Amino acid sequence: MTATDAAAGPGRPSASPAAGKVVASLRRRHAKERNFRLFGLAAVILGLGFVAILFASILVRGVPAFWQAVVVADVYFDPAVVKIEDPPVREAGESDAAFEQRRLAWETRVTMVNWNRLIEQALLRLVPDGEGKSRDLLALVSSSERYELRDMVVADPGIVGRTVRMELLASANVDVWLKGNIDRSLPDGQQALPAATRAWADQLRADGAIEMVFSRWLFLNVDSRSAPAAAGLAGAFVGSLYMMLIVVLLSVPIGVASAIYLEEFAPKNRLTDLIEVNINNLAAVPSIVFGLLGAAVFINYMKLPLSAPLVGGLVLTLMTLPTIIIATRSTLRAVPPSIKEAALGVGASPVQAVFHHVLPVAVPGILTATIIGVAQALGETAPLLLIGMSAFVANIPATPLDQSTALPVQVYLWQGNELRNFFESRTSAAIIVLLALMILLNFVAIVLRQRFQRRW
Amino acid sequence: MTNFLVIVGILVLMAVGYRVGLGRSRRVRDANAARMHSLPSHYGMLVALWCGIPALAALVVWTVLEPRLERQAALAAFPPELVAAGGADLENAVRRVGNIASGFGVANEAAPYELAAAEAVRQVQTIGTLAMIAVAAALAILGLVFALRRIRPDLRARNEMEVVTRLLLFLCSGVAILTTVGIVLSMLSEAIRFFSIVPPQDFFFGTVWNPRFSSTGTGAQGDFGLIPLLWGTLMIAFIAMLVAVPIGLMTAIYMSEYAGPKMRAFAKPVIEVLAGIPTIVYGFFALTAVGPFLAGIGEAIGFDIRATSAATAGIVMGIMIIPFISSLSDDIITQVPRSMRDGSLGLGATRSETIKRVLLPAALPGIVGAFLLAVSRAIGETMIVVLAAGNSPVLQFNPFEAVSTVTVTIVNQLTGDSDFASPQSLVAFALGLTLFVMTLGLNVVALYIVRKYREQYE
Repeated sequence: MTATDAAAGPGRPSASPAAGKVVASLRRRHAKERNFRLFGLAAVILGLGFVAILFASILVRGVPAFWQAVVVADVYFDPAVVKIEDPPVREAGESDAAFEQRRLAWETRVTMVNWNRLIEQALLRLVPDGEGKSRDLLALVSSSERYELRDMVVADPGIVGRTVRMELLASANVDVWLKGNIDRSLPDGQQALPAATRAWADQLRADGAIEMVFSRWLFLNVDSRSAPAAAGLAGAFVGSLYMMLIVVLLSVPIGVASAIYLEEFAPKNRLTDLIEVNINNLAAVPSIVFGLLGAAVFINYMKLPLSAPLVGGLVLTLMTLPTIIIATRSTLRAVPPSIKEAALGVGASPVQAVFHHVLPVAVPGILTATIIGVAQALGETAPLLLIGMSAFVANIPATPLDQSTALPVQVYLWQGNELRNFFESRTSAAIIVLLALMILLNFVAIVLRQRFQRRW
Repeated sequence: MTNFLVIVGILVLMAVGYRVGLGRSRRVRDANAARMHSLPSHYGMLVALWCGIPALAALVVWTVLEPRLERQAALAAFPPELVAAGGADLENAVRRVGNIASGFGVANEAAPYELAAAEAVRQVQTIGTLAMIAVAAALAILGLVFALRRIRPDLRARNEMEVVTRLLLFLCSGVAILTTVGIVLSMLSEAIRFFSIVPPQDFFFGTVWNPRFSSTGTGAQGDFGLIPLLWGTLMIAFIAMLVAVPIGLMTAIYMSEYAGPKMRAFAKPVIEVLAGIPTIVYGFFALTAVGPFLAGIGEAIGFDIRATSAATAGIVMGIMIIPFISSLSDDIITQVPRSMRDGSLGLGATRSETIKRVLLPAALPGIVGAFLLAVSRAIGETMIVVLAAGNSPVLQFNPFEAVSTVTVTIVNQLTGDSDFASPQSLVAFALGLTLFVMTLGLNVVALYIVRKYREQYE
């Protein structure tokens, strides 16, 4: 290179017209070379830029949602308002049904208590000019808080008559207003909150009565329609957890067994070829096709319940299997044949050689393959929509047969929520949680690989 | 739930069988002072297998048979004219009876014959479950005893075990084939049901997509033309490739030919992060960042650009596909033999000339293969287009307008409230079949090309 550079250098006088032509053409060619190289660099930078923009746009939107406004107020559990008797105690000889009925009636009475009145009284102490404007006043606080008060009383009836300093979750609209996610100059008619509420929110924020605290609701609560500020990911998280358990329990044994068969025992014949081609093709089948398979076979034919993590797990297992098989096979292939041959040489049977000597060496690789497969399954959305997992579910699923959503499906549901100003950042926060889980999984995979990878 | 408990029970018995077999083989060894053919653990496992497999087989047979028996029981209690009439009414009645029997309850008052049938079904369920448990337990114990009695020094336990092991391994690898068969059969059967309502030529060559809504309608009430959806799919895939191919290919070239080891070690994994991000995240990114950005540009230059459009979805999908193209092309470029590169450089060609005139032509088949795989990905991608393509199934040619795709329509048709047997739902399977055949064709061709190319230099 240096020699040509020197020859092409402008400092050297050209001896003949032919040489001049060469110099000119070299200059042109080198200019092209530089341009090509720059073009390549631009592509790389563009690629890196996309990663940066993608993450930045989600972080900028999502990180603020991890903090939520709360109204710190002294709630007085006024005995004049909370007039409930002690919970029913089971009497001797009472049947299950009768007791259940009494218990239910009691719970209904407890729920019917005017909990909002307690919240209103607490808020009035902070904003005395709110007297008589209870609607506007209650708009400050999330509608889920009255259930919070109820649960406190049910858990400890002795609390009645006492004053408790509480962090009352502010309503979604107040959160949006305080974070500036809505245009403050919009006229009254276009604002979600009444003018009085907006003024109080600003005043309380300035007084320090409204604080921004870490949003535990995002992690501990399930999805909620009536109280968007309290909507959380707990149900979706548990649903995803069940599905991943099913994926691991089914796809690892089946996938590893298939890989061992294909790599170590399969005779070279057309059936083996067919299986191989099949697996390669399945790996490239669009995920939504697996959803259709689930809808037709698991839901419509086998009559498994709609929206159940069990069905989601089965569909994702079928989807993950090819990934695990392909990765496990390449791990098995990387085990040096000398290990197997040594085992065979000292008298082990082929099955013993594989299970006692080849497989243990391949375990780290199989683990890595599993984690990558699970991470991929964790982020999959489309097939789950087809088996009904996009339904609104307000409970944490107790078993894999209960209705549930999943983390990516929750993202899908939230992004479609009408309360855009609030849910855009909430959705980004959910995405951050999802991505954090995936990064964690991949990180574990990388660590495992580096820790146990052996070079032969 | 019962099945689950039975499986747990069988597994426990298998564990017991293993221990007992282990102990027994040791005693046999000591008593006969003989050399056993296999290790004690082999005998143990053999006993466990004898104990578990027949019982599990019985469970499977029962699970398959039980719904049929229930149906028989229900039909026997129905009035004969209802059974003779058959059709949707009968199916409906059977479903109602199933719900009554499970204590789920049904809408409207249950007819007396329905209650009787439900009682019969419940009896089948109770007696059947008990019988199944008894049979499974008996089989497990019989197998256990039989296997224990077989333990003798000359029993080739290891060989028998290994035959079973290999068989299990083989069956596991059959799951992949079963999946494919399941996909093809389920989609084909539902698609055929759809084509019995809507003629195939109306579906494949129709230019209007307007399925309307129906709860329990029979007969075609809307237009099910595939062409607008296919057009939208191809348009988005084309835009995606327009973004992904130049960036992906140039990234691969730069990484393999120019970048130093440090740059490679940093940039390659970072770009590959793009491949691991869930598609719903891309969809959200398209909807909240790229779409408004494009619309803003459109506003600035006075050109009408929709925020959710083919361009938005296509560009973001292109970003998603970049690492796919770049890592595949990178593999393929590095596979081109060193000697070809050195020969070209030695003759005085610059690096870019070597790349353009030697490496790329040599790697072309592989790159085409990668390209086809990427197209098949783009066609099957769902969440980005669901969120960002605007869902407007109209045949039009402006990439800055909303479109709809095959995948979006599958989601829309199956997530609504319409009846599973209506053409509005069944069309999803016809669409899925079309999608499956398209991607399968692309994959087969691509894998063929890639494999052929590999052999060339190996």
